[in-house]
Amino acid sequence: MSIQTILTWAVVIAVFLVTLKPLGTYIVRVFTFQPTILDRPLKPIENFIFRVIGVDRESDMSAKEYSLALILTNFAWAVGAYILLRLQGQLPFNPQHFGAVNPQLAFNTATSFTTNTNWQAYSGENTMSYFSQFAVLSYLQFVTPATGGAAGIAFLRTLSGRKLGNFFVDLTLMTTRLLLPLSIIVTLILVAQGIPEALSPYLHVHSIVGQTQVVPRGPIASWEAIEHLGQNGGGYTNANSANPLESPTAITNVVLSIAMGLLPVAFFYAFGVITGRRRLGWTLIGVAGVLYLVMLALLYFPEAAGNPIINAIGLHTHANMVGKETRFGVGGTSIFETSTMAFTTGSVASAHDSFLPISSIAFYLAMFLNMVFGGKGVGLLNMLMFVIITVFLIGLMVGRTPEFLGKKIEAKEVSLASVAFLIHPLLILAGTALAVATPAGMAGVFNPGPHGLSEIIYGFTSGAANNGSAFGGLGAALPFYEIAIGIVMVIGRYGSIIAMLFIGQSLLQKKAVPESAGTMHTDTVLFGGVLLGSIVILNALTFFPIMALGPIAEQYLMMAHHLF
Amino acid sequence: MKVLRAVIGVSVGLWILVGLAYPLAMTGISQILFPYQANGSQIKLNGKVVASAHVGQYFDQAQYFWGRPSATTPPYNPMASTPSNLGPTNKLLIQHIKARVALLLKTTPGLTVNQIPASMVESSGSGLDPDITVQSALIQIPRIAKATGISRNTLTHLVNQHIIGPQLGIFGRSHVNVVDLNLAVFKLLHP
Repeated sequence: MSIQTILTWAVVIAVFLVTLKPLGTYIVRVFTFQPTILDRPLKPIENFIFRVIGVDRESDMSAKEYSLALILTNFAWAVGAYILLRLQGQLPFNPQHFGAVNPQLAFNTATSFTTNTNWQAYSGENTMSYFSQFAVLSYLQFVTPATGGAAGIAFLRTLSGRKLGNFFVDLTLMTTRLLLPLSIIVTLILVAQGIPEALSPYLHVHSIVGQTQVVPRGPIASWEAIEHLGQNGGGYTNANSANPLESPTAITNVVLSIAMGLLPVAFFYAFGVITGRRRLGWTLIGVAGVLYLVMLALLYFPEAAGNPIINAIGLHTHANMVGKETRFGVGGTSIFETSTMAFTTGSVASAHDSFLPISSIAFYLAMFLNMVFGGKGVGLLNMLMFVIITVFLIGLMVGRTPEFLGKKIEAKEVSLASVAFLIHPLLILAGTALAVATPAGMAGVFNPGPHGLSEIIYGFTSGAANNGSAFGGLGAALPFYEIAIGIVMVIGRYGSIIAMLFIGQSLLQKKAVPESAGTMHTDTVLFGGVLLGSIVILNALTFFPIMALGPIAEQYLMMAHHLF
Repeated sequence: MKVLRAVIGVSVGLWILVGLAYPLAMTGISQILFPYQANGSQIKLNGKVVASAHVGQYFDQAQYFWGRPSATTPPYNPMASTPSNLGPTNKLLIQHIKARVALLLKTTPGLTVNQIPASMVESSGSGLDPDITVQSALIQIPRIAKATGISRNTLTHLVNQHIIGPQLGIFGRSHVNVVDLNLAVFKLLHP
C-alpha cells in the first residue's frame, strides 16, 4: 500500500469529518427557515417561484399531500423528459445532429433519471445532443436528488415535532440552497483540472501517426459537478468517470469522490441537530462510517493482490488493472468506487464487471443496505427504517415497549418499516428470477459462468437501490432490461420513501412518552453495535443464498484457476 | 388544480434556473477563466490540432511508445468510450492478456515476462487512458531504439523528462502521458 493511497483516502475522509458539522447545521437552518448567508442573493429568486405557484414558504402538507405532490411532480418530469428526448432532432444545441431517441430508450432514460437511478442503456457521447444533456438530463440531476432530499427533510421535521412542511418549498430550497451553490464551485475546480465546458461542436483531432479522432465536448464539467453532488451518477459518456474527458486527473477523481459524500454525511449530522439528539446522530454516523471503511478495505485489498489466474503468467505487477485507469491506480479507484456505491451515486471510475468476485461483494453490500450514508435524505430514511426495526427487535428480546425518540413504536410503524424493508429484496430477487427463467433475460448475459448471474443480480439491485451503476457487460439496451429495470426503479424509489413519510406522520401524532428508568437508550455504542448486527443479519438472511450462487461461487472457482 | 399549477410552476421555474441558466452561465465563465481546458485542452503542432491532452491515442508503430490496450472500436475511439467488461474468470480475458504479452515479447529485444506491468496488457476503463506507468515506458525503449536509431540513453532521458509525479505530491502515482511522450519522439524524428 503506497503512501499516496493512504494520504488520498485520509484527505477524502478528513473532508467529510470537517464539513459534516457546518454543512449539517446549515441544512437544518435552511429547512427550519432561519437566516443564512445565502438569503440575500437567493431569496428573491425563490420568492418569485413561490409567488408564481401560490405557495407560502412556511406552509404545511399532510403525508398524503406531500406524497401526492412528490409523485405528481416526478411524473411531470418523466413525461416532459420523454417528450423532449423524442423531439431531440428538432431542438437546438445539437451540433452533432443526433436524431430522436427511440421510444423504449426514451422511456427507460426518463424513468431512470426521474427516479434518480441514472441507469443508462445508451452512450451519451453518440446519442444525446447538448440540449438533451444539459436541459433534460442534467436538469433532472438537480431536481431528483432534491426530491429525495426533500423527503428526508420532511421526515426529519416530523421527528423533531414539526409538521412535514411543503414539498414544493423543500424541493426549491434543496436546489437553490444546497445543490446550485456547491455545483458552481465544483464546476470551476473541474474545468481548471481539464474537463471541457463548451458548446462548440466535437473536436476533430489528427494525430501524428495519421489517426483521426472525434473528441466529444459540451458542458461536461457542469454535468460532472451535479452528477456527483446529487448522487446521480449518470455519465456524460459511456465510460462515465473513467473517461479522461469526465475525470482527467487524480485530483478530479478525489474531488468527485468528496462531492458525492458531502451532503449524505451532513444529513446524518443534521438528523442529530434537528432532533436535538446529537449523540444518536453520531451513533448513526459511526455505524455507516464503519460500513464505509469495511467496503473500502474489501475493495482495495483483493484488487491490489490481483487475479490468481493472471498472476500465474508471472508479470511484473499483480494488481488487477483490468478496466482501471492508470492515473487513479487501485488506491484512487477504490476510494471513488466506495463513495459511489456507499452514497448510491452509481457513476464509475472503472469497470465494475471486471472486479474480482470477492471485491464486487462490496458493491452488492452497499446496494443491498442502501444506507451506508446513501443518497442524501433517502439514505438517512433507510437507516432510520433499520433503527425502527432494531428498536422493535430489541423490544421483543427484552420485553419492553419499543420507543424511538420518545415515541412508542407500535404495530403501524413496524408494519410500514417492514414493508419499506421488504420491497427491496422482493424487487431484486423476483427481477433476477424472472430474468434467469426467460430467454429474453438470459440473452443479456455477457460473461459466462457464475459471473453471468452476478451481472443480472447487479442490474436489478442497482435499479432497486436507485444506484445506476452496472456490470457493464449486461445487455442493458435489450427491451427486456429497459422495461423490467425501468419498473423496478420506480417501485424501489417511491415505495420506501412514501412508507417512511407515513411513519413520520404517525409518529408525529403520538404523544411523547417521558423518559424513565425503563427507557432503552439509542445513543450508545451498545445500541450502535446491535444496530449494525441487526442490519448485517437481516441482509445476510435475505441475500446470502443469491450471493453464494454468484460472486462467492466464482471466487472459489477463480482460486481453483477455473475459466469459462 | 392548485397542485397542478404548483407542479408546473416549480418545474418550469427550476428548469430555467438549473436547466438553462446554470449550464450556460458556467460555460460562459469557464470560457473566460479557463479557455484552454474548457475547449478540450488542444495540443497544436504547426497550427493543427494533433491531440486533446487528456485523451489517449492509438500507437502500434514500432517507433512510438504504445499505450494500454483499448477496448473501443477502433482502439482509442473517443466517440465510443468503453471498458472490455470481461469478468475475471472469462477465458477471453486470459487469452487477450497472453496474446498481448506474446506480442510485446516478440517485438521487444531482450524483454522478459517478469518485466511487463499488468496494466500494459490489461485494457483500461475508458479505452482512452492516455497514461502508462514509468516501467511500461522503459521496457519499450529497446524496440523504439531499434526502429528509429535514436540511442537508448536519449530515449531513457526522454522518458524521465516526461514523468508526471503525484499531483500536489499526494494524488495519483507517477506515470507517463503516451501522447505527450510520442510528440517528443516525433519532434526528434522530424527536426
